[in-house]
Amino acid sequence: MSTTVPTSGAAVPADAPTGSREGRRGRAVRLAVLLVGAVAFLFPFYYMVVGSLRKVTAGDLSSAAPSGLTGGNYSAIDGALSLGRSLVNSGVMTAGVLLCTLVLGVLAGYALARLEFTGRGGVFAVLLLVQTVPFQLLTLPLYVLVVRDYGLGDNYAGMILPFAINSTAVFLFRQFFLQMPASLFEAARIDGASELRILWKIAIPMARPALLTGALLTFIGPWNEFLWPFLVTKNADMQPLAVSLAGFLSNLQGTVSNPTGALMAGACVLAAPAVVLFLLFQRHFTHTNIDSGVKG
Amino acid sequence: MTLTQSSPRAATTRPGAPAGRRRGHRRAGIGTLFVTPYLLYVLAVFAIPLGYTVWISFHRFYFTAPGAHAPSPWVGFANYRDVLTDPVVGRSFLNIGIFLVINVPLTVVLALVLATALNAKMPFRSFFRAAYYLPYITASVALVAVWQFLFGSDGLVNHALGGLAPDPSWLVNTHLAMPMIALFVTWKQLGFFVMLYLAALQNVGKDLYEAASVDGAGPVRKFWSITVPGVRPATTLVTVYAIVTGANLFSEPYLLTGGGGPDNSSTSPVLLMYQKGIEQGHPDFAAALGVVLVVLVLAVSLITRKLSERGN
Repeated sequence: MSTTVPTSGAAVPADAPTGSREGRRGRAVRLAVLLVGAVAFLFPFYYMVVGSLRKVTAGDLSSAAPSGLTGGNYSAIDGALSLGRSLVNSGVMTAGVLLCTLVLGVLAGYALARLEFTGRGGVFAVLLLVQTVPFQLLTLPLYVLVVRDYGLGDNYAGMILPFAINSTAVFLFRQFFLQMPASLFEAARIDGASELRILWKIAIPMARPALLTGALLTFIGPWNEFLWPFLVTKNADMQPLAVSLAGFLSNLQGTVSNPTGALMAGACVLAAPAVVLFLLFQRHFTHTNIDSGVKG
Repeated sequence: MTLTQSSPRAATTRPGAPAGRRRGHRRAGIGTLFVTPYLLYVLAVFAIPLGYTVWISFHRFYFTAPGAHAPSPWVGFANYRDVLTDPVVGRSFLNIGIFLVINVPLTVVLALVLATALNAKMPFRSFFRAAYYLPYITASVALVAVWQFLFGSDGLVNHALGGLAPDPSWLVNTHLAMPMIALFVTWKQLGFFVMLYLAALQNVGKDLYEAASVDGAGPVRKFWSITVPGVRPATTLVTVYAIVTGANLFSEPYLLTGGGGPDNSSTSPVLLMYQKGIEQGHPDFAAALGVVLVVLVLAVSLITRKLSERGN
């Protein structure tokens, strides 16, 4: 694979002479590399979907073929871990995080961009610092605090708390509000509009793309999260899908006739919302991730 | 940070009209009010737990029922001594090393190859971008399930390999379990880094390539002398991310290799914090391990950034 690097690296400008033999060969090599990559990335997804639909889900070579299909695995996983209940729990946890980030996070982003107050630089420094501290390293004391001191085990508030305001989204909102023309805000202030009104009537309508991106980024985190809800939910009725499916993966498999098929069905249900959102709003996902990544 | 100076309002209120100043004060109060919920959140989720974990790490600490309080005597560095002399902790740090040795070079090479291949007018370009990004946005639990199925003893990969299949199989093999975790994480996150390198490639001046062509530089020379230095900030970021990810591995060793097995060969510090702190009821040990880890992660990522800045 490494031999292809120089060839493709050299032909970086899109205006390479495509008619020439070298240009055509470069394109063919590029396309071959991209196709190999796409197969490596997509095959597990294909295998997951086919496995979830087969009557017999085994690992032999014919198992990748879409034959002998059934919907039975989906009802099997529903019976084993009550899919609906798990989805509701995932949904409530994710919606809570989204609500907090879109309300409280937007307020913070707006204040950091457009309002003057003592300690604003300090708050911004905190915002940057928080994004570099790996949250997992604080799970143990957080667990002690939330479950023992606050008594929020098996409780939606306890599940939401650590993710409540997504700092990356706050950073994104701040950047977006900062790019808006200052004259707009000055005019509104001279007219005597309150800050809340300016935010609601002027800033938010203009910031829709940033709000969408922030919402998408924020959605992925709690929906996919495993460690924290796994720690704080011991009651099966409170577990989000990632946790109940992981439980099925590690010790419940014997309870259904085609355990691997049921597991794949559960994996499809867990993966689907994020994948669908991504396919619908692809542009909004990738762009900002890169921006915040490069700057962060 | 520099943008904090450029507030539009600073200029308008300075003339000192009493009304303006009063409004300025009111608005200053509003700014504080707007960031208060965020600050409370940071306090509850980062600052207090960070302080608490340091405190626990210097005490003998027991879990008690809500409301009940057991004495927590000061024990100095005893927990730290326990952590640093524990062979399993040593193994978990070695595992981060194995993870980094595999993950960083593989990510850099593959992401750079795919990003360069994508960086031109190509058919199905947005399809490829979407395909690469898909694992990055998908839940680990779902992907771990498929990988377990694919790489299980009786899985598709072993069937395809026939007699070449490793024995014991991938995920239950002492020598292969940790490399498999590294491979899984590389696969899951590669799309993010492809996009990162793609963005970095846009900043490499096209005129540099043209000038090099005029000077008679070949494709290999151009790649090493222009492309590689041009994307160095992205490469630094890959390294820093890999260190942070390695220190934070939990779902993968817990689910993919069945609790850090076999024989702790794929255990991770965060998994140990869970097993020691919550399963076995030694939160003080886990807290000390957490403090050691935070210090190490911050130090190593700081050093990496410094080194690469010097490299520029």
